[in-house]
Amino acid sequence: MTDHETSLSNVRPVQRDNLALAVLSNPLGLVASVLLAVVFLTAIFAPLIAPHSPTTLQIFKINAAPGDGYLLGGDGSGRDVLSRLIYGSRSTLAGAAIAVVVAGLLGIAAGLVAGYYGGRRDIVLSWVSDGLMALPALIVLLAFYQTLGSSIYLSMVVFGIMLSPSFFRLTRNLVNGVKNELYIDAARVSGLSDLRIIIRHVLLVIRAPIVIQTSIVAGIAIVIQAGLEFLGLGDPGTPTWGGMLQNAFSNMYVAPLAILWPGFAISITVASFVLLANAIRDRLQQGDRVKPGQIPPPEVAAVPVRAEALPEDVLLDVRDLKVAYPAKAGWKDVVSGVSLTLRRGEVLGLVGESGSGKTQTAFAILGLLSEGGRIIAGSILFDGKDIAGLPEAEKHKLRGKRIAYVPQEPMSNLDPAFRIGYQLVEPMVTVLGISKAEARRRALDLLARVGLPDPERTFRSYPHQISGGMAQRVLIAGAISCNPDLLIADEPTTALDVTVQAEVLDLLRDLQSEFEMSVILVTHNFGVVADMCDRVAVMKDGAIVETRDVTDLFASPEHSYTRMLLGSVLDDSKTRTYVQPSVAEVPA
Amino acid sequence: MSDAILVDCCNVNTRFGAHHVLKDVSLTIRPGETVGLVGESGSGKTTLGRAILGIGPVSAGEILYEGTNIAGVAPRDRRGNAAAIQAVFQDPYSSLNPSMTVEDILIEPIVARGLASASEASAKVNTLLDQVALPADAAQRYPREFSGGQRQRVAIARALALSPRLIVCDEPVSALDLSTQARVLDLFIDIQQATGVAYLFVSHDLTVVRHISHRVAVMRNGEIVEFDECDQVTANPSHDYTKRLLLAAPVADPARQAERRAAFRALAGEH
Repeated sequence: MTDHETSLSNVRPVQRDNLALAVLSNPLGLVASVLLAVVFLTAIFAPLIAPHSPTTLQIFKINAAPGDGYLLGGDGSGRDVLSRLIYGSRSTLAGAAIAVVVAGLLGIAAGLVAGYYGGRRDIVLSWVSDGLMALPALIVLLAFYQTLGSSIYLSMVVFGIMLSPSFFRLTRNLVNGVKNELYIDAARVSGLSDLRIIIRHVLLVIRAPIVIQTSIVAGIAIVIQAGLEFLGLGDPGTPTWGGMLQNAFSNMYVAPLAILWPGFAISITVASFVLLANAIRDRLQQGDRVKPGQIPPPEVAAVPVRAEALPEDVLLDVRDLKVAYPAKAGWKDVVSGVSLTLRRGEVLGLVGESGSGKTQTAFAILGLLSEGGRIIAGSILFDGKDIAGLPEAEKHKLRGKRIAYVPQEPMSNLDPAFRIGYQLVEPMVTVLGISKAEARRRALDLLARVGLPDPERTFRSYPHQISGGMAQRVLIAGAISCNPDLLIADEPTTALDVTVQAEVLDLLRDLQSEFEMSVILVTHNFGVVADMCDRVAVMKDGAIVETRDVTDLFASPEHSYTRMLLGSVLDDSKTRTYVQPSVAEVPA
Repeated sequence: MSDAILVDCCNVNTRFGAHHVLKDVSLTIRPGETVGLVGESGSGKTTLGRAILGIGPVSAGEILYEGTNIAGVAPRDRRGNAAAIQAVFQDPYSSLNPSMTVEDILIEPIVARGLASASEASAKVNTLLDQVALPADAAQRYPREFSGGQRQRVAIARALALSPRLIVCDEPVSALDLSTQARVLDLFIDIQQATGVAYLFVSHDLTVVRHISHRVAVMRNGEIVEFDECDQVTANPSHDYTKRLLLAAPVADPARQAERRAAFRALAGEH
């Protein structure tokens, strides 16, 4: 047996690609980055690029048309539009930078503190943030302009403060999402200071959405700044895009073209910031997932629909089932050629480790593969009819009525917004076509049957009011409510406490014989297999390595993998003896 | 036999608001010993582990570490050997920071305690990886590149970085596959024999606890109902609740399991 644990041969090579490179490989990201680079370079090298001084007046070029030395024409005072545009990028970018830096520093710092510590600090900071958001930004800016004078930069500081709640709320929510991760506990146990934990283990992990937000806020800042300048605020001596817009606006009937240039500059810069943010977001959300449609559809083997006669007592017959999911390198099999037979009234265990394909096999039979998953070969004969290629509507009719399902996580399979009773009654009314009153009576009977002490009360409860064990009993009640022929239980007791597990297994066994159901029990626990199953199929890497009667499997496992698994079951006859370590071993 | 005691929890109480989560819990751990702490969800076993680690509250009572009370003292305020108490958590996916390399994860405790500079600590990384049987080239990789069992080995290596005398292990193998679980448990035992570290081994699984423990404590509703030698508790329990717990866990043998099931039903019928 090779030890997979300690060699790295099975390590998935993860692309450690640079985010920046990935964003540039996206066409939108590339265009946005190039445009922003042009704007930045223009701002830096303005004196070298601009053909004229932005303040030089040429009286005979007032509202001049493009050409004749003024490439984009002259403005209302006879200054070169192009030169003013080039110099204007300086104040625009500086103003945006000031707003973003102020908003970011205040918002991120406050968000980290509020999110990490919570409690009173969170309440106070959230109040301040909500208060700032309630203020109308433009009016506040106009008021400050009155008192602080004509510096657009000072206005952008104030605007940065007004924008900080957007960073605050984002950061605070992100921190709340990660602060209960175990690596934060591990860092505290290691003796790290709060500041270090916040920077290394919180900020570093949540940085990406903040970068995106920064880009968007930069765009907003440019728009607001231009708006203020258009209203006539700001230093009239400095060329600005907003100021140019105002100048062009007042000469619109004489030189209608002039309003285009600053308009273009503002739109293109703002759009680039927003597109860049989108490109980063797309890259981060995409991850390693492959969207359906991104790779060609799989070759579905042309299997003729099976209609052969099966022995009368066979309920389910799966032949050569293959299930695949789209991956970067084409379709990847997760189930590769599984065949199994289930007789009426039989309990079949489907056992294996994680990634063995046992759950995918069960989901394929249920017709509930996750997004992208497809049955690419094989057949599933259920009661003599091939259900592998059935359209969704037909499968839907089978599920819940003839094939029922009990999931692993009872809580996440109940809708927290509805009472238990409603969640049991609704499917019965739809599937069985019985009246509400009849369904209610049956639901109460079922709740009593699955051993809930006070069915009426459970019927009226919301999911959060009952325990995990009770929730699993409710789901089992729902599963058997329509008298199914086949029950598929996917690790039905894994999330439960061990004493509750024993009771739920007891219940499943009793119901199985009472309703004469066939059961497929997916599990990783050989104890559960020994407790419940008649036959067992052991799965590894998407294939069944052996199928045996339960007694034979435990008595004489044939496949080496089964032997290895059974050998890993802890069954110690002797316990360890305590020996106090000698003093010399203990480090000083 | 000497009476050396490493950790002595005396009447530890913890309340979260109206919830009395730990009720007068007393427990001792000897140097180099594994004490298994078994209980179902909500029994308070994790809360006790966190109290010893200094990341969970203690409302009353003392936790003596080599005679010094460390109850309610945060890890970074602890001194001497108490500062080196370490943890291995249940979920190997959330217990490692996804944006740090294995090397950064391993040297962080050493640097944080001021025991060495980052470059000196780096020299120790190979030794740590070697102790948990991971190859040296694991150092420059990120946690997402490893399987669950390998990640748990990285977490164990991080716990070993400060040469601790006690590691609190909170369900460290319950998220792992069966075959991986057995190997990681054996690693824990090997490390204990090599270094003399003691474990408080928190688990819901009596078979796992029986495999690794010298003594076992059983918790229910915030109280320790039974605390004795491992073989005693896991084979001949005296308390009814422990008996229930023992019989409830299904064994991988159809005939024996049928007997146990009958016994479990009989025991349930008595109540």
